[in-house]
Amino acid sequence: MIEVENLTRLYGPRTAIKNISFKIDKGDVVGFLGPNGAGKSTTMNILCSILPASSGTARICGHDIFDQSLEVRKMIGYLPETPPLYQEMIVSKYLQYAAGLRRVPYKKISSAVDRVLEQCGLKEVRQRIIGRLSKGYQQRVGLAQAMVHDPEILILDEPTIGLDPKQIIEIRNLIRELGKTHTIILSSHILPEVTQVCQRVIIINEGEIVAMDSLEGLTASLRDTRRLQLKVRNAADGIVQQLEALENVLAVHAESDHEFTIETTPDSHLQEDIARLTLDRQWGLEEIKPLAMTLEDVFLKLTTDESGSPS
Amino acid sequence: MKNSIWIARRELASYFFSPVFYVVITVFMFIYSFMFFSILNFFSTQSLQAPQLAQMGIAMNINEMVIEPALSNMSVVLLFIIPLITMRSFAEEKKNKSFALLLSSPVSLGEIVAGKFLACLGVVLTMIALSSYSVVFLVVMGSPEIGPIVSGYLGIILMSGCYVAMGLFASSLTDNQIVAAVIGFGFIFFMWIIGWAAEAADEGMGLILNYISLVGHMEPFLKGVIDSNHVVYYLSFMAFSLFLTHRIVDSRRWR
Repeated sequence: MIEVENLTRLYGPRTAIKNISFKIDKGDVVGFLGPNGAGKSTTMNILCSILPASSGTARICGHDIFDQSLEVRKMIGYLPETPPLYQEMIVSKYLQYAAGLRRVPYKKISSAVDRVLEQCGLKEVRQRIIGRLSKGYQQRVGLAQAMVHDPEILILDEPTIGLDPKQIIEIRNLIRELGKTHTIILSSHILPEVTQVCQRVIIINEGEIVAMDSLEGLTASLRDTRRLQLKVRNAADGIVQQLEALENVLAVHAESDHEFTIETTPDSHLQEDIARLTLDRQWGLEEIKPLAMTLEDVFLKLTTDESGSPS
Repeated sequence: MKNSIWIARRELASYFFSPVFYVVITVFMFIYSFMFFSILNFFSTQSLQAPQLAQMGIAMNINEMVIEPALSNMSVVLLFIIPLITMRSFAEEKKNKSFALLLSSPVSLGEIVAGKFLACLGVVLTMIALSSYSVVFLVVMGSPEIGPIVSGYLGIILMSGCYVAMGLFASSLTDNQIVAAVIGFGFIFFMWIIGWAAEAADEGMGLILNYISLVGHMEPFLKGVIDSNHVVYYLSFMAFSLFLTHRIVDSRRWR
């Protein structure tokens, strides 16, 4: 469906992405994960043939993104990082305009607009001026614009940015729903978002692909360790050593006098052991909680893994 | 073409929603009307002395003495006004990042440029149509010749097309509307006076400079002559400016 080969893009002397290659099959929901400035948006812009690549090619359904860009654009719905909205327009008029631009036949425009208004929860604001809508609604109008011609492929650049938690859940559900019938690429710098919505993840950092795997594969490879955070009121001397002496504990780092991060083996559940020890020694237990892997940890892990051992 | 019209329709609608358009049109109408009535007033003062002038062999002609200078003045007013209409075309889209909508749609860059050109031309034609009350008034109250009026308006429209095309070019260069307006005005004004350099240049170069200049090509239209030479000049001027616009918009993607 989507084949990307050695894509490179330079902005003047700066390399935004270098030699990116990947394949996406029909029906996949792929997460593009990376910190700001990693090259996510650049890659997406190239796939939508908004930006030309400096070198390398990509084909979408067999159409070259450069030579047959009009064909490619017919099949793609794109939500850029900043939704491409005309502030002075009314929501429904804007969507009609977008539908016409995307070659929806004239007679089907109003039904297509009604469909996306419904899907994106925009019915109650259909007659409002876009510039007066909240950021969340504007984001949804942007999403509606990308879907109005019912494209086979949806490319969404940070679709949930700027939304409130309830809206985020709604949009994620919508994406999951769309994922059953569409091929979707979405970018994010939030790990849980990707894990909830996507089947495959491509992690990109400083313009290069760091990891590319199914979600299970990726989480399994990250599951070498678990981490727990312990907070106590009156830590005694030697607390670190005593914690390290526990079975299945790999390392203990003191974050401050009262806070400790404990790395344990992946399959162990040491909360009880640690609690018991803390109560026995009367350190004044405040809190024990598992630490989730943050995106930074993933990057650190992936980059150090690769430089360390080839596995 | 269908896509261009679709784009032009939206652009045109957004002009009519924008306060800038109403301010610009009001200023234009005020200045043009002031000029027109000053000219008309001069004409009516002169016509009191018509018998004496006739004896001196000077005939009073409303086409020559009112309509021709009025349209000629209008072409100067438009020189100031049109960059204010074209300034937003590309600049605003780039600033608001709304350009991605057009770029990610299956429309070619040529269609986008043509759509924006048609929209701006539509705005200018609306302004010219509104200002034509003055000539309609003359036709109703007097008896001017219709031929030179039609050719005069054709000349004005062709000239406006050139202004619009240059204004679009200026707008494609920047994402700041003020800068686009100033550059657009500068371009158009320079093309207006470029003929001055003909004085200093040698004969061949002088002819070329005079031909390139926007000024000389208007005169025959106002006199009632539609010469294909000048029509071709205006059309190729527009085509070239729009071509440059197309190249600029395209090249910006590569940087």
